[in-house]
Amino acid sequence: MTGPDPTPAEIAALRRRFPDSFRPAWRGRLLAVLALAGLAALAAYALVRLDVSGARLLAGLGRLGEFSLLMWPPETGGRAFAFLQALAETLGIAFIGTLTAALVAFPVAFLAARTVVPNPFVHFTVRRGLDVMRSVDVLIWALIWINVVGLGPFAGALAIACADVGALGKLFSEAVETADAKAGEGVSASGGTALHRIRFGLIPAVLPVLGSQVLYFFESNTRSATIIGIVGAGGIGQYLSELIRVLELRQVAFLILMILVTVALIDAVSGRLRRALIGGAAR
Amino acid sequence: MPERIAPLPPDRAAALAGAYDAAVAATRRRTWAGLAGLVVLTGLAAWAAEVRPWVLATHLGRFTDYIVQILPPLTWANLPGDLAEWYWGGPKWLGLLGETLLMAYLGTLLGAIGGVLLCFSAAANVTGSRTACILVRRGLEFCRTVPEIVFALLFVIAFGLGPMVGVLALAIHSTGALGKLFSEVVENIDMRPVESLTAAGAGRIETLRFAVLPQVLSNFVSYGLLRFEINVRGAGVMGFVGAGGIGQELLVAIRNFYYADVSAILVLIILTVMAIDLGTERLRHGLLGGLR
Repeated sequence: MTGPDPTPAEIAALRRRFPDSFRPAWRGRLLAVLALAGLAALAAYALVRLDVSGARLLAGLGRLGEFSLLMWPPETGGRAFAFLQALAETLGIAFIGTLTAALVAFPVAFLAARTVVPNPFVHFTVRRGLDVMRSVDVLIWALIWINVVGLGPFAGALAIACADVGALGKLFSEAVETADAKAGEGVSASGGTALHRIRFGLIPAVLPVLGSQVLYFFESNTRSATIIGIVGAGGIGQYLSELIRVLELRQVAFLILMILVTVALIDAVSGRLRRALIGGAAR
Repeated sequence: MPERIAPLPPDRAAALAGAYDAAVAATRRRTWAGLAGLVVLTGLAAWAAEVRPWVLATHLGRFTDYIVQILPPLTWANLPGDLAEWYWGGPKWLGLLGETLLMAYLGTLLGAIGGVLLCFSAAANVTGSRTACILVRRGLEFCRTVPEIVFALLFVIAFGLGPMVGVLALAIHSTGALGKLFSEVVENIDMRPVESLTAAGAGRIETLRFAVLPQVLSNFVSYGLLRFEINVRGAGVMGFVGAGGIGQELLVAIRNFYYADVSAILVLIILTVMAIDLGTERLRHGLLGGLR
């Protein structure tokens, strides 16, 4: 827009026509300031309550700086093979855990979907059950399973499976509920039973979505499986926590690098698979 | 007036049927190949993770026993007394639970501040320079790939035991996760306001404040709330490595077989997490719905 600047008379006319645009937005600003003040006050309380102090922070940062110098260069300490084995264990835990969770969550999700099981009591109960499983962290599940099957990666796999049944069950049931009902109606109209309706009307529609969610969870579980060894449930976390405790920082750096590379690889592969799945659904 | 559709000539019909069969067979082959690959991978993974289903089968009784054992000894006749005994550590646990929530809050807040500061540099469309963009992205990737518990393990040695360590670990991990999500939001904005402000002579900060921020703020807050949910769970187990919160008590209870305490603390954690999930879901719906 080009042209002469508006004259004072024009500005006055505009001011009369659109009074709201010229008034400062006091109410909005006041709300924003109050909200920010509330957040800051809570943060200040938290800082005091959790005794965060500048002196401790500075001293710690100094020590952290020393640590990062000690981390270089990364070395295996002659345990490269053991580390690789632990890494394989980690991936195994993530894979088995995710797969088990998906297999269990798949039928449960249909029970939790309002559109498949109209009985509100059933899907309410199933959903709250899933919520409970989801609320318990993987590490807590691992501690519980260690009591049952003993120390080792199997407990870790079971822990990941349990935590993920809750999360995947919720996501699956949402996918089932939002699926297009028309295909199922078509199956019913041509004489299919309720099971036919699920098999031919619903499953083809939701499978790619579920598959991509499972892959996404596999990525995130690869990260969880790296720490599950901290409580003794197998994988690379065992070495990680031990070596940090004894301050073998070069080996710690090597382990962290291994984790970074593995996670990046898994992300790349599974991202590619996910795009292929979703693309196949759109075609 | 129903009219009979003329059937295709036989050779044409046979060709079409053949093509259909071939297509179905190709899909089937692909499905079977995929399943075979999955089975092989499962076998390998099961071997690596030392999966022993028979152990699970023989010891499944232990799992149910464990659940039964941690159930509190409540009786109808003496319900208030039993409840009081079950939650004998009530005030202490509630205090620790409050500490856990504050850790999650502070960690999320610091992470969100870090994420906001870094996300504009990491977003390809508004970044200052290419190199900064790549460097910031790699940095964020590092922060979110290293699990928060690993940061906590390192920090406990550097800073000493206590909730401050948990806050720092959560903050660094959240910076990585939120920075990436925020930068993706920024990359999806409408660029026209940015162009018009630049054309009107606005500097970088002014452009970000008046052209970018209004478009992304509601999404930022929504992601921040989601992260808070995740961090509440994360803060609950920070105590496992001595980084504050209720995790330490839970670990002690589980390791020392204080059965009733395990269930008491677990119930507290589960209820808190569920309440936070519900609350933030409400807030997020209100936020995204209200601004649309």
